[in-house]
Amino acid sequence: MSQSLKIENLHATVDGIEILKGLTLEVPKGEVHAIMGPNGSGKSTLSKVMAGHEDYTVTAGSVMLDDINLLELEIDERSRAGFFLAFQYPHEIPGVSNANFLRAARQARLPKGEEVDAVAFYKEMYLKMDELGMDRKFTGRSVNEGFSGGEKKRNEILQMMMLEPKYAVLDETDSGLDIDALKVVAEGVNTMRSPERGFLIITHYQRLLDYIVPDVVHVMFDGRIIKTGGKDLALELEEKGYDWVTKELVPA
Amino acid sequence: MADSATLEAVNIDQDEGNFSYPEDYAHDAGYGLNEGTVDYISNIKGEAEWIREFRHKALKIFFAKPMPTHWASKDLENIIFNDIRYYLSKGQAPTRSWDEVPDDVKKTFERLGIPEKERKYLAGVEAQFDSEAAYSNVKEELTKEGVIFVNSTEGLREHPEIFRKWFGKVIPTGDNKFSALNSAVFSGGSFIYVPPGLKVKHPLQAYFRINAENFGQFERTLIIVDEGAEVTYMEGCTAPKFETATLHSAVVELVAMKDAKIQYITVQNWSNNVFNLVTKRGLAHENAEIRWIDCNIGSRLTMKYPGVIMKGRKARGEVISIALANNGQHQDTGAKMIHAADETTSNIVAKSISVGTGQSTYRGQVHIPKHLKGCKNNTECDALLINSSSRTDTYPAITVRGNQHSTQHEASVSQVSEDQIFYMKQRGLSEGEAMSLSVNGFVNDLVREFPMEYSVELKRLIDMEMEGSVG
Ligand SMILES: Nc1ncnc2c1ncn2[C@@H]1O[C@H](COP(=O)(O)OP(=O)(O)O)[C@@H](O)[C@H]1O
Ligand SMILES: [Mg+2]
Repeated sequence: MSQSLKIENLHATVDGIEILKGLTLEVPKGEVHAIMGPNGSGKSTLSKVMAGHEDYTVTAGSVMLDDINLLELEIDERSRAGFFLAFQYPHEIPGVSNANFLRAARQARLPKGEEVDAVAFYKEMYLKMDELGMDRKFTGRSVNEGFSGGEKKRNEILQMMMLEPKYAVLDETDSGLDIDALKVVAEGVNTMRSPERGFLIITHYQRLLDYIVPDVVHVMFDGRIIKTGGKDLALELEEKGYDWVTKELVPA
Repeated sequence: MADSATLEAVNIDQDEGNFSYPEDYAHDAGYGLNEGTVDYISNIKGEAEWIREFRHKALKIFFAKPMPTHWASKDLENIIFNDIRYYLSKGQAPTRSWDEVPDDVKKTFERLGIPEKERKYLAGVEAQFDSEAAYSNVKEELTKEGVIFVNSTEGLREHPEIFRKWFGKVIPTGDNKFSALNSAVFSGGSFIYVPPGLKVKHPLQAYFRINAENFGQFERTLIIVDEGAEVTYMEGCTAPKFETATLHSAVVELVAMKDAKIQYITVQNWSNNVFNLVTKRGLAHENAEIRWIDCNIGSRLTMKYPGVIMKGRKARGEVISIALANNGQHQDTGAKMIHAADETTSNIVAKSISVGTGQSTYRGQVHIPKHLKGCKNNTECDALLINSSSRTDTYPAITVRGNQHSTQHEASVSQVSEDQIFYMKQRGLSEGEAMSLSVNGFVNDLVREFPMEYSVELKRLIDMEMEGSVG
């Protein structure tokens, strides 16, 4: 039985335009991988294709979550199978409180006839909110409505902590965060690092990787992974810029 | 109420009396509607002559008035008045066995957690719901405090000195075709009087006095709250009433004397074959407050526009309304606010949800005449469409004359965005769960206005409506 999030030769289009052009990468359970790449290289597209967004059509390739063929599942089934996406732009849900939303998501994971234990649920949620430095008042507020950029990102991490996925993809969770918020978010991720869980962290900047130290760094460009290396690759990229890797691409 | 425009808006019936009727009719209501039907009902109830006259006059008005199809749904033409029974005494109450009750109705009762004995009543298996024990304690306490809480027959017979004065005055018989119909054949409903200064602690519920008549087709309710007194009244329940009768036409009149407060809460969930055509209006005297909190789910066609006539200075009127029109249903709802004194304030918040082929219509009327000063109205109506075939129409009529008033009007039509659903599904919710959570979110601020036990049931009910209609 394989224990990884494994993307192979993934091709995907939107409105007939190919965005992912044969992307391959594997995140073994227990590891943290980072994807870096210039804007427009298809990072968010990759995350949404994995989550099952209907705007995108997969034309070739596969995504395996352990032994499960992720692409054959509905969006919600992927989530319940252990796939989590922290969105670059988290959506607002007017009128639905954070607590109710989380509770519904937890409820969706229980067998028929079982109910979320409300007391234990709140206790756990408060504990995790404390870890993330989130005020208690956020439980009663509508999901992401009127939240600042940083508050939204923290909220994504809270959801991740409450849903305990097997594999989590974080799409530019660092953008829009000041350094303090960045540290809190990184701390949240670090406490969740475990031999039982894999992370794929999408970022445009090296900065986040000072706090969440990756095992592997991939560079994405034009819908493909063009270079893979250790954590030093991120530093090198920061120093030399993306031009450095994209130039290497020029056919010999 | 001086100017003619106001009078017209309020539509007070000016001509009374001078109506005569033949003495004797067959004592069988049967099907169909004629003078004999009216006499049958009046005889059974042993009513005073003035009530019999009131009924007969109403019947004439009913026949004379055309269907309001020039502005309302043409579907009204499908009501066959001759196929309807206008009075069912207890002996005639329809009986069926539990086995004959459709499975989906049984399932709904189960999911809503309706107690066993109430299920049988609601399903029409039992004509009586034994709530006497629960009610007698309440009744004793209320009686001690001077509250009168009886049905329409008893109210008019035992306490004419209190009820006659206002009966048919807030909503004159000729207000519309269906108020005339109700006035001709009414039975059941609640007549309530709260003496001066008394703030009734617990909400009064129609539920306390369920009997064969109470959930009748032509309920008549009159609530009079004397100076400085307060009461909350609740009617209906979230369980779908399994109906054999397809036409329901109630009249509800509220009178709030100086400084009084009335809150009238309705939750109705009709089965798909019901025409629910209701007239509700309150009269608020000086510094009095009347709030209608209304939730309409189901039915084939609901027409309901609760209103408040603010007759005294600083009177306040409010309508909070939720309407859900699922496939094949039409919710035609709204509010009427008639400002008839200075510094009167009204507030309307209406939210509608249309699913599939369901149709929601909002009709609002706000009337502020020129000679008044310092009146305020706030109107918000929001419509949520669940899929493209849903329809929603808004007809706000705000006639504000003069410039010494403040009015605010906001309307919106929205759809649950695909990205919102995607986001929720990514967290593990099914399409149906995501949709019902979104819809509950849409009405959440209004649901909070309902008492706790209702709001919980309402939420579950919306969940069920959404599950049935999405994916
Ligand atoms: N829904 C969409 N419709 C049209 N074009 C899209 C859509 N989503 C992404 N794209 C295009 O795909 C490319 C990659 O975008 P994206 O995945 O957001 O890149 P990144 O996250 O790396 O910045 C861009 O050129 C973008 O304009
Ligand atoms: Mg992106």
